[in-house]
Amino acid sequence: MSGRRPTRLLSAAVVLAGAAVLLAPAFLLSGFHLFQLTMMAVYAVAILGLSLVTGYTGQVSLGHGAFYAVGAYASAILMTDFAWPYWTTLPVAGAMCAAFGFAVGFPALRLTGHYLALVTFALAVAVPQILRAHFAEGWSGGVQGLVIVGPEAPAGLPLSPDQWTYLFTVAVAAVLFALARNLLAGRMRYAMVAIRDQPLAAEAAGIDLARVKTRAFALSAGCTGIAGALGAIAVQFVAPDSFSVQLSIALFVGLVVGGAASLPGAVLGAAFVQFVPNLSELVNKNAPGVVYGVLLVATLFLMPHGVAGALRGAVTSRRGRSNR
Amino acid sequence: MVGLLHQTLSGLATGGVYASLALALVMVHRSTHHLNFAQGEMATFSTYIALMLIQAGLPYWVAFALTVVIAFALGVAVERLLMQRMARASPLAVVGVVIGLLLLFNGLSGWLFGFTIKQFPSPFEGNGGGGAFGGMVSDHEVGMTAVTIAVLIAMSLFFRMTKLGLAMRAAALNPESSRLLGIRVGATLAAGWGVAAGLGAIAGMMVAPIVFLDPNMMAGVLLYAFAGALLGGIDNPAGAVAGGFAVGVIENLGGAYLVGTELKLTLALVIIATVLVVRPAGLFGHVTVRRV
Amino acid sequence: MISRRTLLGTAGLAAAAVPPARAHAAEMPGVTDKSIKIGNTNPHSGPASAYGAIANAEAAFFKMVNDQGGIGGRMIEYISRDDAYSPPKTVEQTRRLVEQDGVAFILNGLGTACQTAVRPYMNARKVPQLFVATGADKWGDPAHFPWTMGWQPSYRTEAAIYGKYVLRERPQAKIGVLYQNDDFGKDYLIGLKDGLGDAYAKMVVKEVSYETTDPTIDSQAVSLQAAGADTLVTAATPKWAAQMIRKVADLNWKPLHFISNVSLSVGSVIRPAGVEKAVGVITAAYGKDNTDPQWANDRGMAQWRAFMAKYMPGADINDANHVYAYGVATTLVQVLKQCGNDLSRGNIMKQAASLKDLEIPTLLPGIRVTTSATNFHPIRAMQLQRWNGKAWELFGAVIAV
Repeated sequence: MSGRRPTRLLSAAVVLAGAAVLLAPAFLLSGFHLFQLTMMAVYAVAILGLSLVTGYTGQVSLGHGAFYAVGAYASAILMTDFAWPYWTTLPVAGAMCAAFGFAVGFPALRLTGHYLALVTFALAVAVPQILRAHFAEGWSGGVQGLVIVGPEAPAGLPLSPDQWTYLFTVAVAAVLFALARNLLAGRMRYAMVAIRDQPLAAEAAGIDLARVKTRAFALSAGCTGIAGALGAIAVQFVAPDSFSVQLSIALFVGLVVGGAASLPGAVLGAAFVQFVPNLSELVNKNAPGVVYGVLLVATLFLMPHGVAGALRGAVTSRRGRSNR
Repeated sequence: MVGLLHQTLSGLATGGVYASLALALVMVHRSTHHLNFAQGEMATFSTYIALMLIQAGLPYWVAFALTVVIAFALGVAVERLLMQRMARASPLAVVGVVIGLLLLFNGLSGWLFGFTIKQFPSPFEGNGGGGAFGGMVSDHEVGMTAVTIAVLIAMSLFFRMTKLGLAMRAAALNPESSRLLGIRVGATLAAGWGVAAGLGAIAGMMVAPIVFLDPNMMAGVLLYAFAGALLGGIDNPAGAVAGGFAVGVIENLGGAYLVGTELKLTLALVIIATVLVVRPAGLFGHVTVRRV
Repeated sequence: MISRRTLLGTAGLAAAAVPPARAHAAEMPGVTDKSIKIGNTNPHSGPASAYGAIANAEAAFFKMVNDQGGIGGRMIEYISRDDAYSPPKTVEQTRRLVEQDGVAFILNGLGTACQTAVRPYMNARKVPQLFVATGADKWGDPAHFPWTMGWQPSYRTEAAIYGKYVLRERPQAKIGVLYQNDDFGKDYLIGLKDGLGDAYAKMVVKEVSYETTDPTIDSQAVSLQAAGADTLVTAATPKWAAQMIRKVADLNWKPLHFISNVSLSVGSVIRPAGVEKAVGVITAAYGKDNTDPQWANDRGMAQWRAFMAKYMPGADINDANHVYAYGVATTLVQVLKQCGNDLSRGNIMKQAASLKDLEIPTLLPGIRVTTSATNFHPIRAMQLQRWNGKAWELFGAVIAV
């Protein structure tokens, strides 16, 4: 009981410090670097979504680019055809993707492990052509894509569009991460992890597998869908070519490298997705695939819980040593 | 009606492409219960090796045999170095490694051999034959189908008649009991990957003359091959070959008369999802009961 | 050093383009007394990486220019960044080039979707987006996008040429169209409608699309033949064009066959398909094909070959992308020369829009580069050619559109 006040103070301090760290770049970095960080925040939210279903619940999805695409298009269509303000499109994109994810979650109940990976992989490959198809053309702008006008800071705020887009994206990301943290602090986490690690025991213990799995899928898809919407707003353009299978694979690689069942892991994975291709350009222009492949395999062997897991391991072992 | 017949014939010809890669997918699944997403990229990489050997002056069939041997070694190496240690890992880790291999082999093909399309020789062309059915099916496609069926027969003989084949089946079905019986389970699993890679190399060399060789040659083929393998039964070589041909026909007829050519791949997605949800063992597969 | 007079002389456009500046460095971003920085985005990785060859050849070309003393004493610093053919990545890399690398302009960025994604940015920032490497028609729109210019004839223009030719030579034709289901293929359909006019509905008996994920186009070929087409327009990229030529021959079907200009390479289309099987195929060209023996002794192509031998040893001499890059880079050198000492963004754009009958060694005889303040389509002429089993044979007049 006596420890409560200091703990509360401490957590308040941590939140404030975190907010300062997130806010600072907006005033320290150039427009281009802000754009990069904005995209990193977008990917962090997308990978957060993927981690709910793949990391925590153990259902391997190679097709989250599909949800990202739906979210991006939902936002883009609402902004261009219906002239909605950019921020109002996020809940709609999230809700649409959650419904889509819920629908995908039902057949996914019958698929385990590798088979779900195969179906979602096929979905990821098929996304661009579905977007280009005749029936979607009227909405999606077909092959030409849709150009979006980016957000401006609200009247009175002396911020450039880059600064405002960054702050807006990071704020949304922070809210989503906080929600995920609450979710994962509760019973849902145990149900999800139990399903991943001991599905039969979980069922025997009275966990409703179907309910938890489909819900996890819906939440996951909704989260990644919001990321898609944020990405569309930041890039100010959507086209079928933006959502090729490479996107789904990049999200998956980011998830695994960062740490599949970890919130900081999602952020680290996003940093990987955003910055590693640029670094591997230095090795060889054709190398990103090779670098991605090697790092992915190396991570799985050397750091089975990703970079986040390895860091946590390093911290705990150090603490253990100092305690001794 | 003639159109329908023609679409069916040309679908069978394309189906041969899927059937040949489907065999390799079945092989891996039978021996390790993995779905090898990297199978297509490994096959493409092997095909580049074959092209190098042919350009170095080796006669076609010598290069062919040598490539199969090299691919076998590659498959064994991948299993020994990577997959073996993943035997008890989560599906996420296994899929991760396989996707890593996909990226790696695709990147290597492009890096080492370039991205422009290359012609790949066919051993069945240039004999003056004008193909079958008025050119609906080319000489090469007839030859490829013969090779696929020959490989299929060889595979079933291998699994039924040879000691290694029987050991592999046993090891896949029940590794614990097999080990007790003195079967070297590790070696048989490696052999399974090796054989699969060899089959993939054959598929690559058979497919390349039709679709031309480039680093992404198998990107489209892979999903159709999976659809075929699942439709026929992912544990049943004969079923997978039949499934491959069936998918070729379904794809053609569906594309021409049903959903339009723009959604052909979506059709493959639907086949994969439907089979897995409705009848996971495929049309000709056995339902296996897993003990817990 | 830049003189006061040149500064004043170009004040007209430059003033509109850049804010009043104190020093010339601010007036001419990316340019110093010793260098000019040029940016480019290209797919060096991912499924479209074959196009990366264009950027490699441009880099080699500018090395040659530098070895010969640069332009007006300034060395060209060419930076090509990988966008993997993904629009979000193009936005990022373009911003990196403009804001961080500080390039004067972007040259020959590739891909319709990718370049569409950055077009608003380039025009808002008033940075030239020169000689965009796509054949979409939309790049020549100076009224709305005065900082964006294409280079090659558009797909639409090309398809219109085929349409007009068919209308003239075969008014009773039944046309079948195979097109890639993306912006490239769909532009062909529009162009064909331009060329055929009202006759389109009557003459075109079947349009079928293919996806780049399709392993073969056999089914499409069979559909087109079954529809009774006697004239075929194949709007396809090399892999599928080669397949189509071969399949048409295998089916013993002898339509009047047009293939798109992007697939005229002898090395990567005609030879893989079979030189005999391609006899009679027609396409419209504006450049010389490096694998066509008829240019073996051509002076312009000899220059190109000498360049390849010295600056790109080991590169694939059959790859048409290298010729394309040579043409684009040559055009740019002329623009920069015309700029003289005023390399402000405004003047670069102005000079790019003031090319008069420029001859490029890799373009067909009689096809020249011309632009004006209202014409942002540098190359607007093509000539039909037919494959005779050994070479492309030009026929008819140069068609200007």
